Amino acid sequence: MEQNMLRKKRSLKYTYIDCAIIIGLFVLLAVLENIMMPTHIFFTVVKKGAIYALLAVSMNLLNGFTGLFSLGQAGFMLIGAYTYAIFTIPLEMRESVYMYYDGGIINFTLPVVVAVILAGIMAAAFAFLIGWPVLRLKSDYLAIATLGFAEIIRAIFQWDKLGVITNGANLLRRYPKFTSALVPCAVAALCIAIILLLINSSYGRAFKAIRDDEIAAEAMGINLFRHKQMSFMTSSFFAGIGGALLAMFQTTVQANAFKSAMTYEILLIVVIGGIGSVSGSVLASFLYIAASEWWLRFLDSPMVLDNGFQVPLLRVGFRKVVFSVVIMIIVLFYSRGLMGDKELRTENVVNGFRKSKKKLREWISDRRKKNREVAE
Amino acid sequence: MDFVQANLPYLLAGISVGGQYALIAIGYTMVYGILRLINFAHGDVFMVAGLLMVYLVTAVPLAAAIPLMILFTVLIGFTIERVAYKPLRSAPRMSIMISAIGVSYLIQNLAYYVTGGLAKTYPSIPWVSDTVTILGATTRRVTLITPVLTIILVIALVALIKYTKIGMAMRAVSRDFETSQLMGIKVDSVISITFIIGTGLAAVGSLLFFSSYTAVTPVAGAMPGLKAFVAAVFGGIGSIPGAVLGAFIIGICENIIKGLGWTTFSDAFTFALLIVILVVKPSGLFGEKNTDKV
Repeated sequence: MEQNMLRKKRSLKYTYIDCAIIIGLFVLLAVLENIMMPTHIFFTVVKKGAIYALLAVSMNLLNGFTGLFSLGQAGFMLIGAYTYAIFTIPLEMRESVYMYYDGGIINFTLPVVVAVILAGIMAAAFAFLIGWPVLRLKSDYLAIATLGFAEIIRAIFQWDKLGVITNGANLLRRYPKFTSALVPCAVAALCIAIILLLINSSYGRAFKAIRDDEIAAEAMGINLFRHKQMSFMTSSFFAGIGGALLAMFQTTVQANAFKSAMTYEILLIVVIGGIGSVSGSVLASFLYIAASEWWLRFLDSPMVLDNGFQVPLLRVGFRKVVFSVVIMIIVLFYSRGLMGDKELRTENVVNGFRKSKKKLREWISDRRKKNREVAE
Repeated sequence: MDFVQANLPYLLAGISVGGQYALIAIGYTMVYGILRLINFAHGDVFMVAGLLMVYLVTAVPLAAAIPLMILFTVLIGFTIERVAYKPLRSAPRMSIMISAIGVSYLIQNLAYYVTGGLAKTYPSIPWVSDTVTILGATTRRVTLITPVLTIILVIALVALIKYTKIGMAMRAVSRDFETSQLMGIKVDSVISITFIIGTGLAAVGSLLFFSSYTAVTPVAGAMPGLKAFVAAVFGGIGSIPGAVLGAFIIGICENIIKGLGWTTFSDAFTFALLIVILVVKPSGLFGEKNTDKV
């Protein structure tokens, strides 16, 4: 009993250390923003990485923790992005944005924070509606039905009869954006923290039970539909907020960009990070975005070395080929991804370190014993 | 008569597109019937077949290009199954589906790399691509060939599955994977043959499809692929006549919607139909109802 208490206390201590590390990272980012060029590619990576981290974690909540294989992420992001953009374009700009629709019919603007939350709520509300028919389906039927819904949403938002609200197939622009990389990071961190709390609550345990065995979970008295609906709505809520952040990052939004390829990209990030690991998803997002936007950019342009040697294969599109090959290798040979279903926490790192230290000590004493035996 | 003349082109286009979807849908439905896998890469293999044709006609005469194209496409389908799906046979269903999505991503990116992202013009095949006039509506001859060819191929396939030894093995594997293995059926080769037949039909489908659309892009296979899958679900997954009927219904409806001026919703309609089917009758038109046992 006492030992249990002690362990709990120690675990709490490590949680504080984790929080301190995250706060430290934020301070570091703030310092870097003041000493580095604001246009440096590093900040683009941090901004986009943070947004993708949120999107990946929200998808992981559904796919990794509840075992619902949904491919509707792009649709919910689209709802979030459009909700945010529609309600925050300043009144005086509406005439120029909605130039084909006489300035549109919405003649008020919402504060940015309210609009971001509304973006999440709209996505969650839609998830609630489609959850009724869709969540009763089994694994791959669920995947294809959610994919279908995402496509339907994309068509509806491009419908010219709704142009007075959505601007039809035209761009939405001139809404407020963020400049500091701290904003998306802070929002993403807050949202991910909420998701973490949910996962560690009794609801989260119910989600995991459903993932592991639906029939057993039902027999234990878990209301399957209610919990699935809850996981689906929460995931969509944060996908909506992620969509709003993405709209701010991109500075323009167009429904046509939210294709199923976007969902696949996020799904692949989740797989790289490890299905069922929040920290894995976060890590994988930053790695994926850094590699695709920064480190591997050179693969897309032809390169001639100093001695006149033209490096073969390098030209437009090669980066993505390399990427997809790496992803296939991960899927086929390292299906647990970076983290598997473990979390990157100081506690686990320290424990892992202790264990390997203990193993090393044992190994050394073993060797000594053997040497002594040989000597004798 | 005016009404017929105004609407016949859409109906004809619908029947022809339906035939093309049917040829793709058979690949989906057969693979799903045996592996319980939505082969997301199938639509992309269909696109690769189109690209292969574009590059092959520059190298060899047309008469040789067509069989070579079908051969290469079949090889690609076979390789994909061996490399990306076979190692995951005992893995959870989610992993194998993710692998399929990964393959689809890889094929699209490779196609983008090879073509440089440009739309490639599909070679016009003499006689097939000629225009003809029926009942006052002009159309390409491929529109008329498609449904006939589709039906011939489907009858041949159904005969193969019903009356040959390998067909019997396929039916057995799709009924019960483990038991058929115990009965001495080489499951791996049955699955390979399924992929070979499926991709072969998709290659023929791509020949007909791109002859009427003329341009091949790296993402050209994604939409027809998804629609063909919907057709397979609509007809009852695992049932070949069902997939064909579903494909014709979807192709015709889609073109009627386009004719009514609702082009934005022609894709959305297909998915709406899918959702209605999944909710009302998940086993499709001719599908077998299966229950999960604890």
